[in-house]
Amino acid sequence: MKCTGAQILLESLKREGVDVLFGYPGAQVIDIYDELPKHPEIRHILVRHEQGGVHAADGYARATGKVGVCLVTSGPGATNTVTGIATAYCDSIPLVVLTGQVPTKLIGNDAFQEVDIVGITRPCTKHNFLVKDINKLALTIRQAFYLARSGRPGPVLVDLPRDIMLTRAEFVWPEDVSMRSYNPTYKPNLNQLRRVVEEIGKSQRPLFLTGGGVITSDAAESLTNLARTLQIPVTSTLMGLGAFPATDPLWLGMGGMHGTYASNLAINNADLLICAGTRFADRITGKISAFAKKARIIHIDIDPTSIRKNVEVEIPVVGDCKLSLQGIMDICAKKFPSRNWGEDHAAWLDTVSGWKKSHPIAYHKGDNIKPQQVVEALLKITAGDAIITTEVGQHQMWTAQFFLFTKPRTLLTSGGLGAMGYGFPAAIGAQIAFPEKTVITIAGDGSLQMNIQELTTAVANKLPVKVVILNNRYLGMVRQWQELFFDHNYSSSGMDAQPDFVKVAEAYGAEGYRVEKTENLLPTLQHALSTPNPAFIDVVVEREENVYPMVPSGAALDEMLLMQGK
Amino acid sequence: MQRHVLSVLVDNEPGVLSRVAGLFSGRGFNIHSLNVAPTLEEGVSHMTITTFGEGAILEQIMKQLHKIVSVIKVMDFSDCQAVEREMMIVKVQAEGPMRGEILRTVEIFRCKVIDVSHNEMTIEATGNHEKLEAITSLLQRFGIKELAQTGSVAMRRSKKQTD
Repeated sequence: MKCTGAQILLESLKREGVDVLFGYPGAQVIDIYDELPKHPEIRHILVRHEQGGVHAADGYARATGKVGVCLVTSGPGATNTVTGIATAYCDSIPLVVLTGQVPTKLIGNDAFQEVDIVGITRPCTKHNFLVKDINKLALTIRQAFYLARSGRPGPVLVDLPRDIMLTRAEFVWPEDVSMRSYNPTYKPNLNQLRRVVEEIGKSQRPLFLTGGGVITSDAAESLTNLARTLQIPVTSTLMGLGAFPATDPLWLGMGGMHGTYASNLAINNADLLICAGTRFADRITGKISAFAKKARIIHIDIDPTSIRKNVEVEIPVVGDCKLSLQGIMDICAKKFPSRNWGEDHAAWLDTVSGWKKSHPIAYHKGDNIKPQQVVEALLKITAGDAIITTEVGQHQMWTAQFFLFTKPRTLLTSGGLGAMGYGFPAAIGAQIAFPEKTVITIAGDGSLQMNIQELTTAVANKLPVKVVILNNRYLGMVRQWQELFFDHNYSSSGMDAQPDFVKVAEAYGAEGYRVEKTENLLPTLQHALSTPNPAFIDVVVEREENVYPMVPSGAALDEMLLMQGK
Repeated sequence: MQRHVLSVLVDNEPGVLSRVAGLFSGRGFNIHSLNVAPTLEEGVSHMTITTFGEGAILEQIMKQLHKIVSVIKVMDFSDCQAVEREMMIVKVQAEGPMRGEILRTVEIFRCKVIDVSHNEMTIEATGNHEKLEAITSLLQRFGIKELAQTGSVAMRRSKKQTD
């Protein structure tokens, strides 16, 4: 029996195990939407803006490890996905974005709602396709999912002209998805791993610096076992938070621009840096020429382009983080069966814990609520058992510093692109995946307004997502830079004109709370978190609080600005 | 900066040139010349790209090219023996006594005259990069009116028997 393109598409999605589709209809995808109700296995979440749709699919993907899927129409529907796609691309998140396109015979004619979305997204997708032949539709969908989830994951866009969705063909599900030109390397080279173990054996001051790749490859447990066995302290990038329990004595906190004193000093004083699943972005390295000068560097990454792109390394290991870390563990166990690592690293562990004690992450309490206090309160109430998403800015850094993440896939944040407007829709995606879990967006008053319309999506789907707004009526991080480096010239960073977030929430049919006094903070958060409804909790915080420590842009990691006086 | 000749096998699909060109422009790499043509294998094209860059830059270019899903194989011909050819067509001013001298130059470099008029000659020249540069500089004094040049095409030399 012959099927239409729309039927082949939906059948292919089911074969790929898709159970949720975040989307927004329009003319060129109307045939797909016509078919969709006949496939109840696929739950469609109607978002209120395509950017929100991609971020929600991204949040779903980060929380579950599965491929997130988004369906939008051509033209503006497609262009609205670009920020979401770029976010997923920077953070290596597996997505398949399906865009409608004008019929093939109209492509290139400047038809209504036509854009060359394949051309537009070429530099921010892992790969993209324009389907021009109905007989290649199923194979293309299969390849799109394969590319999205394998190797270094990433977003893949498939552009679907309307006539292809209407044409009929036999449904043939391709058994083989292998591609001649695409063969990611999972298995690390054994000789390289032996060299790694040799370096570890010689090192006096080793340090793990890990990134999002450890979470992507489900290597959190392997990392934790290895670090604990070898008694090696651990720091990570923003993207790596949660891979190693922040409650462990070996944990030094996040490194980099707003990293801890202990982490940044450890990076620059270690004699061996074991890096896994990080691409050495400028936010973690600071001034490259002064980065980890005393260390020999081991770099494990599945993407060869990440290796030696920014930082010279002594031992590159191309491969999957999990397989590599397990391989290192196995060789270590054989080579050093009875070595007392704790004793060997005792002096170094003493040094780093001295740094932790002398310069912990801290803030001064005051009359007004401090933003850090809100993050601490959330940690206390949830006992860390929650999925936290953030927007981008100061609140994001305070979340990274003060919320002690102990499990992978519990912090969803736009790390590489730094896209404001990410956190709230991402929380919706995560809540769809885990209806029973507590899902909280820690937001700034600026960021939240970038995708605030998704509150309708939360209300319509009865998702108990909570948005905690650290409201300082500023674009806080911009203001902080202006205070520190631009002589207090607060140009356009003030957000005095803002909506009443409580009324906004209520207008959408959600719950709204405002907290102005410290004594109301805990009880209000506790109450709001216990209701089954989506809620905004607008917390009025100290206006001009800064995130410390801070490594100024272009400075070395050990040239950080620390919190001043009382 | 060293000149490198990269031989790149790609899936012959719409947009593949744009993927490769976009990689160079987006990452600030430089394309000096580029040649694309189908190979004997259906669905596969061969690109020859010449570029300039230090070791680390070249390493990134090669890795990034390889990362493009439509790219099958990348080889750098600068560090191995390869044959390399470019072609150009030059139209020069050719009047009176100059015509003889132009023809002698053409002969020395084993070029061909492919079009001629009462005051111009059009010459076809083939060779490696250096040879074409030499020809251009010699023809310059006659007055070059137009010049069209291909990018490089390159191929690994056959293995020589050594005993």
